Amino acid sequence: MSLEAFRERILERRPLRIRGGGSKDFYGGPLAGEPLDVSAYRGIVSYEPSELVVTARAGTPLAELTAVLAERGQWLAFEPPTFRGPATLGGAMAAGLSGPGRASHGALRDFVLGAKLMDGEGRVLTFGGQVMKNVAGFDVSRLLAGSLGTLGLILEASIKVLPLPVAQATLRFQLAQGRALETMNLWAGRPLPITAAAWDDQGLMVRLAGAEAAVRDACGTLGGVRVPDGDAASHWTALRDQGHPFFAGEAPLWRLSLPSTAPPLDLPGDVLIEWGGAQRWLRGDLDATLLRDAARRAGGHATLFRGGNRTAGVFTPLPAPLATVHRRLKAAFDPHGVFNPGRLLPDL
Amino acid sequence: MTVREHSPERDPDFQGTSPESLLAELRALLPPASLVTDEELLRPYECDGLSAYRRLPLAVALPEDEAQVVAVLAACHRAGIPVVPRGAGTGLSAGSMPHPQGILLSLAKLNRILHLDPLARVAVVQTGVRNLAISEAALPHGLYYAPDPSSQIACTIGGNVAENAGGVHCLKYGLTVHNVLRLRIVTIEGDILELGSQALDAPGLDLLALFIGSEGLLGVVTEVTVRLIPRPRTAQCLMASFDDVRKAGEAVAAVIAAGSIPAGLEMMDRGVTAAVEPFVHAGYDLDAAAILLCEADGTAQEVAEEIARMRAVLERGGATGIRVSRDEAERIRFWAGRKAAFPSAGRISPDYYCMDGTIPRKRLGDMLTAIAAMEVTYGLRCINVFHAGDGNLHPLILYDANVAGQLERTEAFGAEILRLSVALGGTITGEHGVGFEKLDAMCGQFLPDELKVFHGIKRAFDPQGLLNPVKAIPSLHRCAEMGRMRVHQGNLPFPELERL
Ligand SMILES: Cc1cc2nc3c(=O)[nH]c(=O)nc-3n(C[C@H](O)[C@H](O)[C@H](O)COP(=O)(O)OP(=O)(O)OC[C@H]3O[C@@H](n4cnc5c(N)ncnc54)[C@H](O)[C@@H]3O)c2cc1C
Repeated sequence: MSLEAFRERILERRPLRIRGGGSKDFYGGPLAGEPLDVSAYRGIVSYEPSELVVTARAGTPLAELTAVLAERGQWLAFEPPTFRGPATLGGAMAAGLSGPGRASHGALRDFVLGAKLMDGEGRVLTFGGQVMKNVAGFDVSRLLAGSLGTLGLILEASIKVLPLPVAQATLRFQLAQGRALETMNLWAGRPLPITAAAWDDQGLMVRLAGAEAAVRDACGTLGGVRVPDGDAASHWTALRDQGHPFFAGEAPLWRLSLPSTAPPLDLPGDVLIEWGGAQRWLRGDLDATLLRDAARRAGGHATLFRGGNRTAGVFTPLPAPLATVHRRLKAAFDPHGVFNPGRLLPDL
Repeated sequence: MTVREHSPERDPDFQGTSPESLLAELRALLPPASLVTDEELLRPYECDGLSAYRRLPLAVALPEDEAQVVAVLAACHRAGIPVVPRGAGTGLSAGSMPHPQGILLSLAKLNRILHLDPLARVAVVQTGVRNLAISEAALPHGLYYAPDPSSQIACTIGGNVAENAGGVHCLKYGLTVHNVLRLRIVTIEGDILELGSQALDAPGLDLLALFIGSEGLLGVVTEVTVRLIPRPRTAQCLMASFDDVRKAGEAVAAVIAAGSIPAGLEMMDRGVTAAVEPFVHAGYDLDAAAILLCEADGTAQEVAEEIARMRAVLERGGATGIRVSRDEAERIRFWAGRKAAFPSAGRISPDYYCMDGTIPRKRLGDMLTAIAAMEVTYGLRCINVFHAGDGNLHPLILYDANVAGQLERTEAFGAEILRLSVALGGTITGEHGVGFEKLDAMCGQFLPDELKVFHGIKRAFDPQGLLNPVKAIPSLHRCAEMGRMRVHQGNLPFPELERL
């Protein structure tokens, strides 16, 4: 599909539902509007390993992108989930989700350097760029990360890439939830090359990555049981893409984003913890109000990530002054309300 | 009078506002020592670190707590009087230069560290806390706040947030935007907003990312939650000499291409090392056309591995000499020279003008060659210090403001460097911000439709355009004028200077 074709659709001023690979159709508010398929608008625009940056069109499959980077010994260190579907760069950017290494490497938004977007008037706009540091103008490209397509049609993104770690190891520890939380936080405060820490009822898994010597030292310091490399790799991929058995079945899936030190929550349902304690998954038919209150008291927020009764909204509602700013921002980018209505907030 | 809704077309005009009743109101709101109107006492606030641009404000307000910040903003909002926030005033783009019809809002008194949680690795601090004070407070816990601008003894965390400040260790550890979890801000309308949270994300749009680097245009920061990270066990700094600046530039790209992310990767040309060495005695190689400082940190073995790898790449890249810091004292000395680069320029020249473009690393050599040619064209010296690993340049143009015409030539020189930065695929500012200084250069980097989006964002937070007006984002009118002038005169004059 060409830019001109996108523009024509936008200028019809009818609600559009932007779609890349559809791997995250389940995520966010209800799907509304006529589909606008971006998957054909694909391809790597430029990639220079020594500049640590890749620029690609929105429809580029993440699988293609990661394969090209891997050939040059680099990767997307925010580990964007594909949910075992044909996820695209544009969709990853719009959803803003990050994988198991979020707490140490950073989130997708931390790696966004620039973006090209078509706004609600069909204008092509460029923000940010390909360089590592850029403070000219407001940081619109980072604002697009996680905007769920509500501000415009993301056409292209420039993303910072990193060298793949030289060495990796995963260790397993038999620990109950409370002890695991404490341990993850204590270790994160020490100069150890930990790049992911996750807990489920099988225990605590800690991933180390970096220079050969650093990983070897840390394995010695921490102890635990070394997980064979192949098993470890599939474990982290399964967590990233929700292929882990915890995520199987139809029970509603809640995501709680909390300060990493929040104690275990006294809530019903199965729990899986990622991000050193900062991301906690719950399964079950839980009461939204109860859950949101518990998350708020702990200093975070709760999202109905998959399934369940979505009529009460999936994201935690915003305080009034913040909601006002959101509406005004939406009007600045998409004055006719064309893009993904209701996907991020019910009235946006 | 009432100010109309902020329009992207023109700069707002506050000529008709009558300040008398506002000043009376502020007097009632603030403790006596927190309102300055005496001209003598206003002087210290007339500029930031870019002293070529000066103006006196109507008054300076120095609130002592958030409630007073809210009250001052609400009063100014009602009166339609502009407000310019100020941290420590170390900015280098005239971002906190006062507005002549406005209130300068100094946040310096909000300087308490509210809470430091070593287990959660966060500190909650008021906006006026100095950058270095956070790392000092975290030191006993083996933690620190990573972004380390060279001005870190003086600059405030609120100013860092407003500029998305960087430092020599940002290549590996990120900029302000990567190290701040949550902000409390007050809008010009007096609303308190929390952006981000102590969790790693928050519902809705990522307004935290949008706000960082917004140069005081969207709201006034009162409180910041920063991420603290463990101090590396050890660090070592390698100093490599080159007989040619272009080779040094290419070596920088080679280090990164070889798969290293050094903790710091900085470059200084001979002009800078010669200026610094007599004051700092860092031990720099003064025969070298340029030197690189490359730092590795981590465990002792990790550092050794990394230093060996970088050494090999640099030797292949034509380094004429390599020294590795033998101990912590020497490592600190290597960096002390780098951190003193700006002040040293001030010692060898009556005035200097610091530029801040960023370009792709592989173009460093091209840029340096071009700057050398510009030195001849403009008849001025330029010495160069860079955050080379990030491609962020700080050419320092040396001039004497008392010599007629030198300032104008300096600015034309600077403008040409910025135009070239954009042409090479980069940006006019990597970390110092647009402020008042680079408004015209913005017209060359963004199209009118993009500027309109920026103005829309501005209006979303500040519909009347009262917060830090005529900064960071140029009006369309200004850019149109610029375009006309470019056509008429071929060269870029700086029309605002005559108005000052
Ligand atoms: C010698 C020297 C070295 C420097 N080195 C570096 C460096 O390595 N890296 C780097 O990034 N910068 C550097 N700088 C620039 C400067 O120190 C930074 O831009 C710093 O972040 C400014 O902080 P400040 O508190 O002085 O802010 P100010 O200069 O007072 O203000 C800067 C901007 O922030 C706004 N602002 C301040 N406080 C608030 C608030 N609470 N709420 C909203 N807006 C606010 C102001 O309106 C203004 O637009 C250097 C400056 C000097 C003089």
